[in-house]
Amino acid sequence: MGSNRSMSSISREDVAHLARLARLAVTDEELDRFAGQLDQVLSAVARVGEAAVADVPPMSHAVPLTNVTRPDEVTPCLSRDAVLAGAPAAEDGRFRVPRILGEEE
Amino acid sequence: MTTTTGDRLVEFDDVVARYEPVIGLETHVELGTASKMFCGCPTTFGAEPNTQTCPVCLGMPGSLPVANAAAIEATIRIGLALGCRIASWCRFARKNYFYPDIPKGFQTSQYDEPLCTAGHLDVEVDGETYRVEIERVHLEEDTGKNLHVGGATGRIHGADHSLVDFNRAGIPLVEIVTRPVPGVGARAPEVARAYVAELRDIVQALGVSDVRMEQGSLRCDVNTSLAPVGSLEWGTRTETKNVNSLRSVERAVRFEMRRQAAVLDDGGRVLQETRHFHEETGSTSPGRSKEEATDYRYFPEPDLVPIAPDAEWVEKLRVDLPELPAARRARLQQEWGLPATEMTWLVNAGALGLVEETVAAGASPAEARKWWLGELARRANDAGVDLTGLAVTPAQVAELTRLVAEGTINDKLARQALDGVLAGEGGPAQVVEARGLAVMGESDELVAAVDAAIAGAPDVVAKVQAGKVQALGALVGAVMKTTRGKADAATVKRMLEERIVVS
Ligand SMILES: [Zn+2]
Repeated sequence: MGSNRSMSSISREDVAHLARLARLAVTDEELDRFAGQLDQVLSAVARVGEAAVADVPPMSHAVPLTNVTRPDEVTPCLSRDAVLAGAPAAEDGRFRVPRILGEEE
Repeated sequence: MTTTTGDRLVEFDDVVARYEPVIGLETHVELGTASKMFCGCPTTFGAEPNTQTCPVCLGMPGSLPVANAAAIEATIRIGLALGCRIASWCRFARKNYFYPDIPKGFQTSQYDEPLCTAGHLDVEVDGETYRVEIERVHLEEDTGKNLHVGGATGRIHGADHSLVDFNRAGIPLVEIVTRPVPGVGARAPEVARAYVAELRDIVQALGVSDVRMEQGSLRCDVNTSLAPVGSLEWGTRTETKNVNSLRSVERAVRFEMRRQAAVLDDGGRVLQETRHFHEETGSTSPGRSKEEATDYRYFPEPDLVPIAPDAEWVEKLRVDLPELPAARRARLQQEWGLPATEMTWLVNAGALGLVEETVAAGASPAEARKWWLGELARRANDAGVDLTGLAVTPAQVAELTRLVAEGTINDKLARQALDGVLAGEGGPAQVVEARGLAVMGESDELVAAVDAAIAGAPDVVAKVQAGKVQALGALVGAVMKTTRGKADAATVKRMLEERIVVS
């Protein structure tokens, strides 16, 4: 996978790999287009690296909040029909997915 | 199904004569909160598939998680019970991977900032104490459950497709990771087992999980490596996943030690890999897992703000910890005046709690112990169940001992009364009443039986009168026989003596 340095280049193969992992159908033409666009995005983000110096800790949150929690209380769920309506395939009240082994690297 | 035929195994004694094992354990405890970790879905076990989900735990775009306060508290309490340091500030992290059991494409977990670190747990094997160092205790969420369809045994291999239930996805999960445990030698399998048992008991005492291994609310991954005795370096470890009973933990370590020794003996190299444990054969086989497929690309979870447990609150949680199993065992041992070995038997038989409750219900410690380790252990063994699986309560056992102590029944009748209790005929007193088991007092029936015994054996009576007192035993036996064991032998003996001397 591409690095996030400014000289990075995202290859068609990188995009195809990510698309497959994310189960996105991407055409050949899109592979080329997305590779170029993602490359631009990563280059832009990589400029952050120029500002980040050793004594600046990486920030994960923009607001100085801690301990935002909820009490342990049950709230209503979605109905199963509603849940499964969005699934490409369902069987016996469950999401049906292609066989798992043999398709991963 | 993957089998393990072909694995050569070295005899265990031979393994430990030449190799030094190092074990390590990762234990997952599903917390018993009412709602999930980051949403309000219920966590009821055994619900219809996909009926306990919402946009958050299904990973729908735009949904936002909020941490369950009770789960954070439970994790800190587990950490405190294990003597851990509690972080003053820490974050959740995304552990990214693509696998159908995780709808978001990442598991919300903790990475380099766990809630609890640097604890320890002392476990006892055969009177010897072993310290297991705890590396970390962190909080994450459970994944969904896959059902593999089309394979012969419901396993992933050979499956045609999989069906996913997300009811479990998002249930708070606490992961407890030990540091490698060296220096346990031949005791490695037992130390591993004792560690998991003690951890289970601690979590149970805290009341934060039902820790039922058979339901998967406590799951274990067991790491094992071997190095030649005297070697300065540890060997390559394997990780046996999802070992789901105490007995299996022990067997998994034992098997891996024997298998790895054979590999090393042959000049081979142990592969660092994930292995699966097979309950039926007690063996392990290499398994591919989702873990090997990806680099997790951990990064701090931007949708959850950091946790910063207040020091005073943590201190209060520490003070409010319940009595932990080790302290409880020490207290009961002292209260009951037991030697350590007897205490170990009680614990190993799973009878500690039962005896404690029986004593609390009024039985003497000695009687309670006698029943649970004797007659009841035998019955449980015959029925193939745990002591807790017997259809008799500690209160009923206490009632039995009271009926014996009061002289209402004797030991033999008590066993018959127990038959009735186990058969669902009611409590001991009820069974004694219904079955007519009570010991006979000096009733007309008993007087008649005694008189009949005397009349029926004039030769024996003559011997007794001539001073052969032990001949009385035959008459007692005759009376016990006619009364079908319901008479009290001492009473019968006294009545016989009175009559024979008087006559
Ligand atoms: Zn939910």
